[in-house]
Amino acid sequence: MNLNNLRKYGLFLFFVGFVLLSFIFDYNVGEGIYDNFLQFTLTMIKFLPAVFVLIGLFDTWVDREVIERHLGNDSNYLSFIWAILLSGTTVGGLYVAFPVAHSLLKKGASLRIIFTYIGAAAICRIPMTLFEASYVGIKFTLIRLFTSIPLIIISSILLEKYLKSRGYQISDDLAS
Amino acid sequence: MIYLLTLLLTIVLFIRDREKTIAGVKLGIKKLIKNLPVFLNMIILVSISLYFVSDELIVRFLGESSGIIGLLLAILLGSISLMPGFIAFPLAGILLDKGVSYMVIGGFTTTLMMVGVLTYPIEKEFFGVRVTIIRNLISLLIALLVSVLVGIFYGEIII
Repeated sequence: MNLNNLRKYGLFLFFVGFVLLSFIFDYNVGEGIYDNFLQFTLTMIKFLPAVFVLIGLFDTWVDREVIERHLGNDSNYLSFIWAILLSGTTVGGLYVAFPVAHSLLKKGASLRIIFTYIGAAAICRIPMTLFEASYVGIKFTLIRLFTSIPLIIISSILLEKYLKSRGYQISDDLAS
Repeated sequence: MIYLLTLLLTIVLFIRDREKTIAGVKLGIKKLIKNLPVFLNMIILVSISLYFVSDELIVRFLGESSGIIGLLLAILLGSISLMPGFIAFPLAGILLDKGVSYMVIGGFTTTLMMVGVLTYPIEKEFFGVRVTIIRNLISLLIALLVSVLVGIFYGEIII
């Protein structure tokens, strides 16, 4: 493990030390945080490795040409519908949408589609929407979806225009 | 569930093309290992925030507020916390029972879902600092607009 790796795990090592000390000195705050950490880690293990394997398979199996045609710069309005449908199947949260979006972008999807996908993945994930409808009401869910989706699409188009004018390039090293 | 699906897909693809499938699985595992520290950092941040911004705290802060102050508070709390849907929506239900307006609940849940202060380390890794900041600011604005629209639809804001 070189110095750079050690730096990446710096916070984690610090956290491990903090938790150990908390248990030794019976510090409640540290123990409570550790409980949360354990629970959230277990939740992540339930799907994260599978998601990354799926992303890997997507990278090797799906042709760039297919993505470019349906989600690329010259794709039509249908591409927004694909992006929103795809976002509905996202599991977990935004943190899962980022690596998926990154893979799509590298395969030739346009920036507006990427941002539509991320935005929609935040608010239209199917299991979450069902939860919302049952606790807060279907009317609320429908109002929220129908007001936010157009805003997400419009802002994605504007963000793409802005980033293109600034010559935005996506980083390649970490996630490749 | 998702493991079963992934396994089935991998088997089907493996039968169709061995090399491509093995390369894909290897690539996925490589990416997972590369991204592990970023995800670990996020989990740590979330466990700390969940401890300090607890359900009780949110109910206490939002339970008695409404109007503009309540909305701003809701947006702030939603932005800095991250919780799974099965915690967030029952919580929203509790707030609703306490008489919190739909507008405030909309602000809380929308920022909770779209604005990620805690997912910043991950987002920046994939899309860079500038895009991450812009996207989160836009999301904040969208959340504000959406909650005002929710308020109008429910007649909580009279225009």
